[in-house]
Amino acid sequence: MDSIIYSDFLVIGAGLAGERAAIEAVQSGLDVKIVTLVPPRRSHSSAAQGGMQAAFGYSEMSKDDSSFEHFKDTVRGSDWGCDQKTAGLFCDSAVDAVKELDGWGVPWTRINDKSGNDGLIAARNFGGTAKWRTCYCADGTGHSLMMAMDNTTAKYGIPVFDRCEAVSLIMNEDRCTGAIVLDLRSGKPVSFIAKAVLIATGGYGQLFEKTTNALICNGTGLSLVLNTGKGVLANMEAVQFHPTATVPDCLLITEGCRGDGGFLLDVNFHRFMPDYEPEAEDLASRDVVARRMIRHIADGFGVKSNYGMHLWLDIRHLGKKHIADNLREVREMCINFLGIDPVNELIPVYPAQHYSMGGIRTDINCCCEDYGIKGLFAAGESACWDIHGFNRLGGNSLAETVVAGKIAGRKASDWIRLNNPEISMSCAEHELKCQSERIRKIMEKSGGVNCFEIKSSMKKILTESAGVFRNKRDLEKALAELKELLKKSENVSLKMKPAYSSPELPEALRITGMIHLALCIVKGALLREESRGAHYREDFPNRNDELWLKRSLFRLNSDSGEPEVFYENVDVSDFPPGKRGYGEK
Amino acid sequence: MKMLMSQIFHPVKEDMVKNRILKIEIMRFNPDEPDRMPFMQKYTVEEDKRISILNVLQNLRDNEDPTLRFDAVCRSAVCGSCAMMINGRPGLACRTYTSELPSGIKLHPLPFFKLIGDLSVDTGTWFRAMYERTESWIHSSGSTENLYQDNEKMKAVYDLDRCIECGCCAAGCATANMSDTFITAAGLLRAARFFIDPRDERTESQWYDVIGNDEGMFGCSSYLACNDYCPKNIPMQNTLAMLRRKMIKAGIFGKSR
Ligand SMILES: Cc1cc2nc3c(=O)[nH]c(=O)nc-3n(C[C@H](O)[C@H](O)[C@H](O)COP(=O)(O)OP(=O)(O)OC[C@H]3O[C@@H](n4cnc5c(N)ncnc54)[C@H](O)[C@@H]3O)c2cc1C
Ligand code: SF4
Ligand code: SF4
Ligand code: FES
Repeated sequence: MDSIIYSDFLVIGAGLAGERAAIEAVQSGLDVKIVTLVPPRRSHSSAAQGGMQAAFGYSEMSKDDSSFEHFKDTVRGSDWGCDQKTAGLFCDSAVDAVKELDGWGVPWTRINDKSGNDGLIAARNFGGTAKWRTCYCADGTGHSLMMAMDNTTAKYGIPVFDRCEAVSLIMNEDRCTGAIVLDLRSGKPVSFIAKAVLIATGGYGQLFEKTTNALICNGTGLSLVLNTGKGVLANMEAVQFHPTATVPDCLLITEGCRGDGGFLLDVNFHRFMPDYEPEAEDLASRDVVARRMIRHIADGFGVKSNYGMHLWLDIRHLGKKHIADNLREVREMCINFLGIDPVNELIPVYPAQHYSMGGIRTDINCCCEDYGIKGLFAAGESACWDIHGFNRLGGNSLAETVVAGKIAGRKASDWIRLNNPEISMSCAEHELKCQSERIRKIMEKSGGVNCFEIKSSMKKILTESAGVFRNKRDLEKALAELKELLKKSENVSLKMKPAYSSPELPEALRITGMIHLALCIVKGALLREESRGAHYREDFPNRNDELWLKRSLFRLNSDSGEPEVFYENVDVSDFPPGKRGYGEK
Repeated sequence: MKMLMSQIFHPVKEDMVKNRILKIEIMRFNPDEPDRMPFMQKYTVEEDKRISILNVLQNLRDNEDPTLRFDAVCRSAVCGSCAMMINGRPGLACRTYTSELPSGIKLHPLPFFKLIGDLSVDTGTWFRAMYERTESWIHSSGSTENLYQDNEKMKAVYDLDRCIECGCCAAGCATANMSDTFITAAGLLRAARFFIDPRDERTESQWYDVIGNDEGMFGCSSYLACNDYCPKNIPMQNTLAMLRRKMIKAGIFGKSR
């Protein structure tokens, strides 16, 4: 690889959001390059199962659906934590996004019930939605979307540099002009210089011990922004736990199972959710179901096993044909990984970390300019565009990646045309030197601490303090422990020093940034003395709209070397706070 | 609800934990250091829990040898990263459990693809080239507004769309291992996927130009090793047979159209 690579628009991350933005920018005539850890199709987007929300209203159970219904469900789901203007724009755009993807080859499941709408795009039921609104391809929706997106990327000939990890942003004062990228094949840093940059690096699930996320969801894209000392992250304490991850591997079983009529059972094979949630039953929003499950286990109704406590998910009554057609990936996963066939056996499940609502704060145009950095855009799970607030509805994330990706690509193109920003070689050289120096130091140091050990301590601390239930005592303890770890992390060294690229180097380069993110989560959760969506404080069990209609913001303080927290108001003028219709009171 | 006792079980079935001492051998080689020959590195691993080959590799990397190179993303057989030769057969490390194997386990990188190091191979570059070769995208002059499609047809497309690009089929294919320009089962499958998609307008004779040759459909010997190794159980046999019929027909009639 060349040591300097130029483009108009650099896209970091080749999941659905990154590739969608790249396609939009190429269509508007820009020279675009994509860097990614893994070949695009291996991105975590391909693991999404259940579907994508868009209010077509074609199915029998979707009648009279509209983007306004979608909007209301989204705001309720977010527990009034989201940005309502952005959520409105998002819901208005989702239907067109599904149509566009159909043209790009996504084999959406069609209505097939002689209802008069046969052949139109079908929708299934998902948690926290008033109508059946989730469009799907069996239960491999993310995979099919990722295929169509990457095919389209190839169609436009967009160059993708895989096995590349962005390790820092090139800054010219408060403007971003590219990134330093570690070529994971050679272990050498390379400068990618650009007029504008998009970060679409996905979530930060790997900060937790038990997560449904892929092994590459390390949140490094967020660290890039935090490390500038200028950019801003938001709502980092808003972390979603999915009710149905398998025990013991934490593989996701889609909410579509319950959407299609499956339910949860306890140790006595009793269906307990309707006892707690008479209206939404098993399909209350994820935060609510996860809490109900853990409490139900604490009340003595869990199933004991040699791999920890769990509950059951039952889909047997859906029948073999339905499971084979619409839940086939789930079935395959159960057979291969658990050795059980859900057609006639129960699936052992327990809540696990699943989605990162927090991320790089942007405005409605996916742009970071109002939050400290010009020429920088962010989209997808790595961003806090903020349509999810404190709880994302199932199916809203896939929809977000493509809707926001398109907007980000277009707005970045406009921004580049309008500003025609200059590229500064000296800034790139300076940053490359800093990063080379950092790498050299780590390579040369010996007898320091081991990054794998630090990482596993960090995961443990976060899991114990910032899980489904949180409280002041645990969070304070975690804060102190993370500060210790942060100090230690500055002293990492490599256990083995081969001449070639070793997976240990990027691991060592990431660790400080990951602890920064963990600190954001714990600080945000400690300060937010209320319960909202997925953030549940045992010592402050109610939502507090008087004090906390606020978005937490995080910036790295260069003096303390730690993230500091500040706030902005959340505008709730379109749909004022009220009852969610499920959950506590 | 009534439940038979025979239906009650632990999340991990007992026969999935065998409590053996495993002897794992892993091929180590770095193409950037060609003067150091490939060798088999030996490890012993205690099989005290149910563990996959991926778990074994992760433990080795985290606790013993951080330089060990292998690829894994999803842990759930959907991303296609972790394919390797497991006791001589191509398979996914994440969904192969040690309990399915004898206590001696040998791991090699997939053949056919370019070696990056140890168990890691460059499937990404190969597959991107394959997309370009098959023009792996919808060719349509129409608008996207016609959303009516037959569900059975969409299901058939999804069946073939499920390929995770792991490369197991290519690694197990005799033709591919003799000719590195062979399109492989994955490539033929891709052609078939667009061929049957009602939204794609390419004709049989257009497809003939892409795959109607010895590096395409006619290089395939139809012994179907690919079918045996595909971790997604993609219906390779029927698909290849369908494609072969169409290409023979296009070869005879198509060119005169
Ligand atoms: C198991 C599972 C099932 C899900 N099911 C659904 C569902 O049914 N419906 C729904 O709406 N949502 C679902 N979600 C959520 C949804 O899949 C994700 O939120 C979404 O796909 C994220 O897309 P993305 O493009 O933002 O990021 P990703 O797809 O995660 O892509 C991130 C990209 O960034 C790259 N990258 C990361 N760091 C770097 C770096 N430092 N340098 C260079 N590249 C980098 C990676 O290589 C990758 O290409 C699910 C999530 C999980 C975990
Ligand atoms: S049938 Fe045989 S020759 Fe043809 S692609 Fe499959 S393995 Fe290769
Ligand atoms: S066809 Fe099967 S074996 Fe071949 S790459 Fe696709 S999923 Fe893998
Ligand atoms: S890690 Fe994704 S297929 Fe094995």
